[in-house]
Amino acid sequence: MTDWFATLALPVPLQWALGGVVILLLVATLTIAILSARKPEKNWTELKLRVRTWWWIVGFFSLSLIGSKGLALLVFALISFLALKEFLTLTTTREADHVVLFWAYLTIPLQYYWIHITWYGMFIIFIPVYVFLFLPMRMVLIGETKGFLRAASSLQWAVMLTVFCISHLPALLILPETVHKGDIATGAMLLFFVVALTQSNDVAQYLWGKSIGRIKVAPKVSPNKTLGGLLGGAATTTLLAWLIGPYLTPMAPLHCALAGLLIGTTGFIGDIVISAVKRDIGVKDSGQLLPGHGGILDRLDSLTYTAPLFFHFVRYLYF
Amino acid sequence: MPWLRVLFVLLVARPVVKLWLGLTVRHQERLPLTGPAIVVANHNSHLDILTLYALFPLGRIRHVQPAAAADYFLKNRAMAWFATQVVGIIPVKRGSKKGDDPLAGCREALADGRILILFPEGTRGEPEVLSEVKSGIWHLAGEFPQAPVIPVYMHGLGRALGRGQWLPIPFFVDVAVGHAHYWQDNRQAFKQELRDCLLQLREKVLPARLDND
Repeated sequence: MTDWFATLALPVPLQWALGGVVILLLVATLTIAILSARKPEKNWTELKLRVRTWWWIVGFFSLSLIGSKGLALLVFALISFLALKEFLTLTTTREADHVVLFWAYLTIPLQYYWIHITWYGMFIIFIPVYVFLFLPMRMVLIGETKGFLRAASSLQWAVMLTVFCISHLPALLILPETVHKGDIATGAMLLFFVVALTQSNDVAQYLWGKSIGRIKVAPKVSPNKTLGGLLGGAATTTLLAWLIGPYLTPMAPLHCALAGLLIGTTGFIGDIVISAVKRDIGVKDSGQLLPGHGGILDRLDSLTYTAPLFFHFVRYLYF
Repeated sequence: MPWLRVLFVLLVARPVVKLWLGLTVRHQERLPLTGPAIVVANHNSHLDILTLYALFPLGRIRHVQPAAAADYFLKNRAMAWFATQVVGIIPVKRGSKKGDDPLAGCREALADGRILILFPEGTRGEPEVLSEVKSGIWHLAGEFPQAPVIPVYMHGLGRALGRGQWLPIPFFVDVAVGHAHYWQDNRQAFKQELRDCLLQLREKVLPARLDND
């Protein structure tokens, strides 16, 4: 019993980091409670929902950090499943491709299985090579050519973003153990590092944009994104990475700061790429799975970029 | 055998609809929990019945029964047993001879105080297209004018499992429940009202649009 508990125990820096997140959420919850008591005439529902959903996200994500590889894979496979479902629900799919969509879903258990058996070579080429070639073949066998290119490319993209990119998060968790340069706790801290910085970067860019943002970066795609928000957010994230990185990761301070810069800028790109998808389809939110946030893709958008990029950054330099 | 139906809802309908697909319901509180009542829904997929079952509390399932085409579901003995005993459909004979009452089973269910699920379009039709409302519902409701008629619109099920498909593919599904309607003398007005309500509910379940410039 105690042995089992010991293997699940969080490393000390991660305990502090998670404690910090919980304190931030507590402060946010209390602030909103006080503000809504003072100004009941304003509508606080959206903000309250948003913070309550944050509690759920942090709770659910923490399951992947407690040191159980199987549990972490389950958590992220479920996230991929929900994200792919949301993506496919948003886009128009052809009736003819019904069975092909099933194959697309089947990539999820397979991709996470490669991570489970620590087969890096397969993990990294399975979707970009085999699935990429297989899905159009399966569509061609059905024989419907009308709308083929559009259907094939949106399906490829859906699988790349929601399965391939997201699966880099649990891959990060097991990376140190696989190459015998640390254990699952080292991986858990890397995982926390990239997820926490990506999410705080979203918040920082929003806050900097509200306060000093004037010049629009991508007015056609996302009118609320400003240069001030981008630069302020990226700088904040770089600073934060430089501060917490040495405790959470094996990286040198300079590399931590560079990782922060990478997350800060590419997180922004992931965000506006999903915005462009939503704008093309003509919807405001990607779904309604996360009350106060929208859909699950609205929360994962920046991670689809930062997860694989940070994974390869740290893998190249340290593992 | 009501317990078979409860098991079917618990082990098949709910997992398929709530986990494999994914369900958002607007105004679930408008669903009737006691009969006699008629729930009218749009029909695109075999999953429609599963989805409607998933909306009701388990304890009420034994009082809920969908009407379904006899010629389709009673094709052979195994399917007939599954449809009537496990799913619990009330068979309706489409295009039957004169003298035969196709709605006898439905009438009995309502007289018995049960909640009847009807698909007034008659068939599953084209995916995500609402066909004309047929007159059977007006005749039936006329005999139970005190029974509320509650429209339910379901979006996304035709994509998940359409005609001729056997494998349900995960898609998020949106359901909206409308206000109760009651029978009225004017057949055309009654049918039109139901259809308008279903169309209005459809507007609600479609994703929020961006105000495009």
